[in-house]
Amino acid sequence: MSGATKGKLALYWAASCGGCEIAVLAINEKILDVAALFDIVFWPVAVDGKVRDVEKMPDGSIDVCLFNGAIRTSEQEYMAQLLRRKSKVLVAFGACSHEGGIPGLANANNRRQIFETAYHDTPSTDNINHVEPQPKTEVPEGTLHLPVFYDTVRTLDQTVPVDYYLPGCPPEADRIWDAITAIVERKLPPPGSVIGAETTVCQECPRVRNEKKVKKFYRTWEIIPDSETCLLEQGLLCAGLATRAGCGAKCPQVNSPCIGCYGPNVGVHDAGARLMTALASVIDSNDPAEIDRIIRDGIPDPVGSFYRFGLAASHLRRSKRGNGKAAEAEQAGLGVH
Amino acid sequence: MSESDFKPKVVAFLCNWCSYTASDLAGTARIKYSPHARIIRVMCSGRVDPTFVLKAFAMGADGVLIAGCHPGDCHYIEQNYKTMRRHEMLRYFLERMGIESDRLRLVWASAAEGQYLAESIDSFVAAVQKLGPLNWSANWEENGQRAEALEEIVHEHAEAMEVAP
Repeated sequence: MSGATKGKLALYWAASCGGCEIAVLAINEKILDVAALFDIVFWPVAVDGKVRDVEKMPDGSIDVCLFNGAIRTSEQEYMAQLLRRKSKVLVAFGACSHEGGIPGLANANNRRQIFETAYHDTPSTDNINHVEPQPKTEVPEGTLHLPVFYDTVRTLDQTVPVDYYLPGCPPEADRIWDAITAIVERKLPPPGSVIGAETTVCQECPRVRNEKKVKKFYRTWEIIPDSETCLLEQGLLCAGLATRAGCGAKCPQVNSPCIGCYGPNVGVHDAGARLMTALASVIDSNDPAEIDRIIRDGIPDPVGSFYRFGLAASHLRRSKRGNGKAAEAEQAGLGVH
Repeated sequence: MSESDFKPKVVAFLCNWCSYTASDLAGTARIKYSPHARIIRVMCSGRVDPTFVLKAFAMGADGVLIAGCHPGDCHYIEQNYKTMRRHEMLRYFLERMGIESDRLRLVWASAAEGQYLAESIDSFVAAVQKLGPLNWSANWEENGQRAEALEEIVHEHAEAMEVAP
């Protein structure tokens, strides 16, 4: 491909850990092929570039933007809107932009509770003046701004229209390469699709499956599972049956249950609800009191267990905001230090 | 809004073989029950995926009722036991999400129990009325701060000094 017809590629991160950026490099020497096919016009983690440069680009001038991370602050939302405007194809890259990911678990709390923990309650914090980040701070030189921290983490497609999704925490290198190839060869699925497999992790898992009947759920540290039998049959809460394939079932193969990072399978909106359906079916009891005990003893954190990656994208999206003492204080206007 | 003015939206999933037939019986027997229950017929109470319940709450339902054949009487042998387990699972999950678990109720009503089903619907609607509106989507709003913050970023970028390349 000659220089004149080289495509333009942008990569950006919002509320994420940076693992997706590393995952892009996990395609190894193929990154050179990417560099041969695309000019990287914006990639803050690897290439010098300014937001101002992106603002000056004509709309739709970036061919592909791989956007990882959830939307947690006003600055991230601004960048999502900016890159949407400038890009022909916007890809939600990785679990966080796809369905909220680990940052989305913050939706089990609210901003007030998060600030209380982060800036006051942790044992290593010594914040005698009760300082918290403020969106605006007046200094002699003028007003300083910080992005507004939202109460609710949102996914990329709850913020701007998204063309494709590449799930995973992080996406597997092979799947990234599949996506890049599909983009270059213009063999993309219809807009709005997830680029990946259309089956569940169980299909890729080599473990032997029998009839599932579970009397007790165990946490991973409580038992050493045998390496042949299905982990769910052994009482470990494995999300494989409600999770899209594409990872090669890497976790179950090393005795670790699937945690659901690839998100819901095709046609499913709410992976956690599907996981509840499946887990309820395998509980071996028909007595409401015993069922209740099996569930409450074995699954101490139902929100985190069913929605480890998908809370922000789920039907309910978050817990009730007015929950807890900190929230009450905020509503009464007492929470501002 | 007083309790009696509040017209709750209650979604009721009734199984084809027992509870929906019970509601038919209530109809032919001219037994009155609350008009606030929106009845959806499903083939089995076991067909009620937790997705349906969560989607109903997210879309504005104030309560969800699931009704099926009595344990042991399921047309599909044992699917209503799965309903029973899903119901426990959902109640536990809803509690943790800050939704009163009493907004979800499971009732067993056979085809002959038209009167009982009508009473169950009435008592559930009354219980939801007492709990008040859920109005779940109001939880997602950012109190107007969001639009203001975004506007400020645009303004700030427009004002920023040009840096020589």
